[in-house]
Amino acid sequence: MQTLWPQIERLLLGVSKPARYIGGEQGAQYPEHGPGKVAWLLLYPDTYEIGLPNQGLQILYEILNERPDAVAERSYAPWVDMEAAMRSAGIPLFSVEQHYPARAFDVLAFNLSAELVYTNVVNLIDLAAVPLHAEDRGAEDPVVIAGGHCAFNPEPLADFIDAFVLGDGEEVVGEINDAMAGWLAVPAAQRVRTELLGALASIEGVYVPALYESTYAEGRLVATVPLRPDVPTTVAKRTVNDLADWPYPAHPLVPLTEVVHDRLNVEVFRGCTRGCRFCQAGMITRPVRERPAEQVKEMVSQGLAWSGHDEVTLTSLSTADFSGIEDMVRDIIDDPVHEGRVSVSLPSLRVDAFTVGTAAQIQKVRRTGLTFAPEGGTWRMRQVINKLITEEDLYSAVDAAFSQGWRRVKLYFLIGLPTERDEDVLGIAELGAHCVEIGRRHQKSVTVTASVGGFVPKPHTPFQWYGQDTVAELERKVILLREAARTTRGLTIRWHDPAASAAEGVASRGDRRMGAVIERVWRAGGTFQEWSERFDLSLWETALAAEGLSLGEVAHRERDQNEPLPWDHISAGLHRDFLWTDWQDALAEAAVEDCRWTPCYDCGACTEFGLEHVVASPVPPAGGSQGTGQDLAAGGRIPVRLGGTRG
Amino acid sequence: MSDFDAQRRYRFRFTKTGKIRFTSHRDVARMWERALRRSRLPVAFSQGFSPHPLLSFGLALPTGCESHGEYLDARLDEVRMDEILPAQLPELLTELLPDGMTVQAVAPIGMAEGSLQQEVASCDWELEVLGVIGEELEERIERVLAAPSLTVQRERKGRQAEDDIRPAILSLALTRDGGSEQGEHPIGRFRAQLATHPRGVRPGDLLSAFGTDVVLARACRTHQWIERDGARFEPLSVGGLGTDPVVIHAAGRAS
Repeated sequence: MQTLWPQIERLLLGVSKPARYIGGEQGAQYPEHGPGKVAWLLLYPDTYEIGLPNQGLQILYEILNERPDAVAERSYAPWVDMEAAMRSAGIPLFSVEQHYPARAFDVLAFNLSAELVYTNVVNLIDLAAVPLHAEDRGAEDPVVIAGGHCAFNPEPLADFIDAFVLGDGEEVVGEINDAMAGWLAVPAAQRVRTELLGALASIEGVYVPALYESTYAEGRLVATVPLRPDVPTTVAKRTVNDLADWPYPAHPLVPLTEVVHDRLNVEVFRGCTRGCRFCQAGMITRPVRERPAEQVKEMVSQGLAWSGHDEVTLTSLSTADFSGIEDMVRDIIDDPVHEGRVSVSLPSLRVDAFTVGTAAQIQKVRRTGLTFAPEGGTWRMRQVINKLITEEDLYSAVDAAFSQGWRRVKLYFLIGLPTERDEDVLGIAELGAHCVEIGRRHQKSVTVTASVGGFVPKPHTPFQWYGQDTVAELERKVILLREAARTTRGLTIRWHDPAASAAEGVASRGDRRMGAVIERVWRAGGTFQEWSERFDLSLWETALAAEGLSLGEVAHRERDQNEPLPWDHISAGLHRDFLWTDWQDALAEAAVEDCRWTPCYDCGACTEFGLEHVVASPVPPAGGSQGTGQDLAAGGRIPVRLGGTRG
Repeated sequence: MSDFDAQRRYRFRFTKTGKIRFTSHRDVARMWERALRRSRLPVAFSQGFSPHPLLSFGLALPTGCESHGEYLDARLDEVRMDEILPAQLPELLTELLPDGMTVQAVAPIGMAEGSLQQEVASCDWELEVLGVIGEELEERIERVLAAPSLTVQRERKGRQAEDDIRPAILSLALTRDGGSEQGEHPIGRFRAQLATHPRGVRPGDLLSAFGTDVVLARACRTHQWIERDGARFEPLSVGGLGTDPVVIHAAGRAS
């Protein structure tokens, strides 16, 4: 195979951040391609600095390269300037390791972590010189597959992707490799692409959209059904039972240039059963599967020694809930090998003083900012979304943070939530003001930032039926909130572009007709739509109109109980009636507890697959709040010590 | 943590060639920090709230340029002992650094020695250009040298600024072969000696004085020079090292 490096090299003096395109990371592999080896190109459809740290991609990269019958390289979306230079020089998409052309790989495998990257997916297929539409690909063309959280509504990308992979990739990737190897063993002239598609569809967890048909009536979806009797009516996700079997990445990629999350990441558990109703990740990754503490420690010390990093993040959807988190963190910090110079960070801190205590223990230096996510501005709102943080929890956490030396507290909120009233939005400003007040007891100058995002309902969640707020309504709420917060010195409100939430909503809950919309947005130049400087809602509105659709129809309309949903034939294990009941509970402001430590609600995630939670401790963590063992009736009461002291 | 009296300053000389030339000066700093952590050399840390390793890098090399002589000064703690010869360090560190970065020499320097940023007065460059080659390139060189002043537009801290770069151009000359006129892309090759004070001139700035038809294809900083008492010398020369029986100390080598 011929490397494109000499041609690429000539472009790099003229583009921004050229290190994005050179590879060379520690941990990068330069496998020898050849017959009998399936060549995978793992693609992240965003810039190098966003994509490189992606753990899913790094895990599959190692697993595939360990196989004698597979090789894997990586590619990322070239930034706009580089893409223009490549197109004018006739250089196709390439891998960053050996700079081989993308078309020379057998499998192009996309990681789908966010919906607004869909136009980039289309762009990369085109830049790879592979036919854009799955139906136009032949025996000599690579197979284009996609996995990741967004694959749980595959329909918007169904025109472009040959096969979607649902759920954990560790095991299924080998089965796909076997199917590919079988197909590639046939001489090219005799290969029949539909046979390969059939073989892929027979793998559990793999959905091949070309073998299904969507029917519509009166402008709405009726059903998506198999075209052949040998493919399943419903495709269910794959779940890795025991994380201990998969201690990956063992040699995490250490980039030569600056990337986001530039530190060691070790995944401590997968899945979350807190039951936050807006959270797709928490719903589709159930049940909870903890990695054994010993293995975590081993991965941390080996990873630090290997990478030279001085910081490790213990990743999961709610790391403070890991059984024995305190002991584990202490063991890591106190390990003499690290000479006291290693810092541990916990993403998504649970909101209570106990957790802040743990954070204080590990962050002896650099106490700059702590982040909490109450998500809703009032207790009523938080019961609707099942994010059961009491005001007392929040204020004691904030008090603990400021009293222990942190100077900035950041709070994450959503607006545009179901049943939201203006008082819920104003509650954000009130909570923020109280936090500032608490901070001033400990420090002269404190900063509290409330970061506000427009809620986008996601498939396979109890909110999948909800009609999301319009751009105008979200803008009104942002203005309302800003006005309310204006008089509080020390409180800053930040917000995401409401227009981007609308486009994300369309890409999240659209059906197969969305493919043409995405293609139109791409043809109109709409790449990198998750980058605010590149985002343009008018491209989406124009494209929707041209396809006889609208934001109102796809994003802002509430669905009723019986309406067929575009992802009905895709299963994350969750029963549709469980989600509907939870939706009704939400509207009734009724909360549910975490099922790790309380009886099962039969959501389906365990029972459908014969799984159970894998947790080291059968009891809730000490001080753990958020709905475990607390009096939920009292959650909204503001502690007496607040309110009277404002001056 | 760090006791100033027990520290020594070491100067490291290294290359930056090949693909890695497209990384930035800050990227190089991060690569060194990680490599030094992995080496377990006893790098000294600053005191205070947020201790950081006491490393001091020389003149920034523009992203995209190669170099045969980059420098780094580091303070090492002598207290945490375990003897190793400085002659072993180049190989050990090269192993831990990415491809294209070769550590050529390591030697102790005086604690009172000036910083690289202050001391280096000029740099030698070898430049390859496309578009204009041979005699025509030689004419351009002569024209640049003959000009009393050369005002170029360049970006400084995000703003466009006008600078006269002529005083910083110390010499220009075609290389002996003058480039290669063969192949699809004929290349012109010349050497430049550029001053670093009061404001450094980058190869890109220099080329903008040659005309828009001259395109920079490759630039390599071959030497950096310190001038003192009328003589010039490199911050650390390659060769002649390892003859002094200097011993430096590294902790945890056995692990």
